[in-house]
Amino acid sequence: MSAPPAPTALAQDARSSASGLAVLGRGGPPPWLRRAGRIGLAVVAFGTLLYLFIPIVVVVVFSFNEPQGKYNYVWNQFSLDAWTDPFRYEELRDALVFSFQVAAVVTVISAVLGTLMAIAMVKYRFRAKGVIGTILILPLTMPEVVLGFSLLTLFVSVNWARGFVTIVIAQVMFSVSYVATTVRARVRGFDWGLEEAALDLGSPPWRTFLRVTLPLILPGVIAAALLTFALSLDDFIITYLNSGKDTTFPIQVWTTKKSRVPPQINVFSTAILVASIAIALLGVYLTNRRAKKLGA
Amino acid sequence: MRAVIEIDHVTKRFGDFVAVNDATFEIGEGEFFSMLGPSGCGKTTTLRMIAGFEQPTQGAIRLEGVDVSRVPPYKRNVNTVFQQYALFPHMSVWDNVAFGPRSRKVPKVETARRVDELLEVVRLTEFAKRRPAQLSGGQQQRVALARALVNFPKALLLDEPLGALDLKLRQVMQFELKRIQREVGITFIYVTHDQEEALTMSDRIAVMNAGDVEQIGTPTSIYDAPETVFVAGFIGQANLWPGRVVNRDGAHAVVVAAGAELLAECRTFDARPSADVTLMVRPERVMVSLDEPAAELSRMRATVRDLTFQGPLVRLTMATPAEEPVVANVGHDADLPLLRPGDPVWVSWSRDAACVLPPADVPLTAAELIEEG
Repeated sequence: MSAPPAPTALAQDARSSASGLAVLGRGGPPPWLRRAGRIGLAVVAFGTLLYLFIPIVVVVVFSFNEPQGKYNYVWNQFSLDAWTDPFRYEELRDALVFSFQVAAVVTVISAVLGTLMAIAMVKYRFRAKGVIGTILILPLTMPEVVLGFSLLTLFVSVNWARGFVTIVIAQVMFSVSYVATTVRARVRGFDWGLEEAALDLGSPPWRTFLRVTLPLILPGVIAAALLTFALSLDDFIITYLNSGKDTTFPIQVWTTKKSRVPPQINVFSTAILVASIAIALLGVYLTNRRAKKLGA
Repeated sequence: MRAVIEIDHVTKRFGDFVAVNDATFEIGEGEFFSMLGPSGCGKTTTLRMIAGFEQPTQGAIRLEGVDVSRVPPYKRNVNTVFQQYALFPHMSVWDNVAFGPRSRKVPKVETARRVDELLEVVRLTEFAKRRPAQLSGGQQQRVALARALVNFPKALLLDEPLGALDLKLRQVMQFELKRIQREVGITFIYVTHDQEEALTMSDRIAVMNAGDVEQIGTPTSIYDAPETVFVAGFIGQANLWPGRVVNRDGAHAVVVAAGAELLAECRTFDARPSADVTLMVRPERVMVSLDEPAAELSRMRATVRDLTFQGPLVRLTMATPAEEPVVANVGHDADLPLLRPGDPVWVSWSRDAACVLPPADVPLTAAELIEEG
């Protein structure tokens, strides 16, 4: 048997190319190229951040504008008018209140259902678990228009008047997926031995859930609830298709933009933005404190 | 002794796998009872059935005479110390211990009294406000113990509780466990794969293998009079040779094994003449000498193969002319010159050192014979 010469040749190839790389590494690129690279990286990074933040900055800045005419599109002069009188336009205020009501109800329902689903998906083995897992992420990937329109078709065909209830149903449908996916990550890290320990000590299942399981997965549930609240406030397409005569804040902005775009819209948007950042920071603070306490 | 727990013909199957096969035994009040065996032998499954986390496929488990086989864990008056402790990370040590009484709606004053008392028993009073993560492994272990004892269970179940500790701490905790058991007087059911731990701590031991309870008895009886080859090999070390009975006279037998006629006692196995048996001799009973031993001893010629220094004793591995391995643990006071591999010696032992056991299910291999128990 004659040994094929290929391996030796290959090995030699590898060795020579490796040494070639080493030479390159030792010398490195010339200094001008390195500096150019650093500058290029800075430009790209800064540009990306600018791209992300300019729209937000514009929203905030224009909340202090006193527009000429009905459209807050062109900078005129600084003013606190919109901030001192945010509820000047009743329909805008009503829409905002309505949006918050919807968001509150959707958040509670989705948080409860989604958490229970997440626990079921992690803790138990059952038939069609994989199929359910796939269906669960479908609303996250399906075009909103499809989801919204199929729901509308359903409501129309059973002759169900569109309004608060149908909006809630529609939003819960996709929110549950977000909650279940977010909470599932937390539940995966849960030590089920703790539940056994609680049962062993005489704690019935429901008490075990309230005293042991829930407190330990709560950070995941709260994160999911905040996400749901934000998504609910923000959602347009699905909500619009299933809202009937009721108007949420995004719908109101959309419908009035033909006749008027007052700076109050920017005021509400800025307020929501500040509140979101505050909640996020509080969340980070609490998570860190808790992690220290649990030694995790 | 009154039985606290009765395991009555209990079988547990998971699909086709038989985890526990028709186990029957009783555990008495105040007893320190160990279930010992290699992993997968069914000891933890048995413990989980007593705790209520698993239900027997067949048979009954009785707690103080009452069948609890279908009673959920939170309605049984037994408590468990888990292998990984399973302390509640979001609660203080005090709240961890108070979890049991609070679950059972014990009045506040009584709960506080019990928790303080138990924290004193495990000597953790000054750590009451700490979180479990701020404690050492040994301290966490003691919290788990206090938490499980605070309900005054009929029996305390311990699932390899010292498995996560290092050797020094294990020995301290073995002592602690015995002290606490004496102090509270509660039945302890202890699951371990560590035969030394079981021998040191237990009043009685159940040795389990592949779902079967092989033998139940005191540490001494199990060590001196094993009923099966498995028990002999698992508890301590043993020379085990396949052999054949040539003569039987009451408790005494003559067995041909390892190429020689050897004297032995029948303690647990009733071996008829010409029956296939296994002969067991503990290594510490094997005497090694250069001169021919006295004629009333069982004796064989052997060749030294290997010597291992083990601190208080030297382990000698030898081979008979028939190439059967012989292991002897020899103390430093044994009058022996410096032996080297290849040296010829005599091995001998008195009649009461050799025990006749049933034949092994599978042929014994040299590796198994000298394996650490």
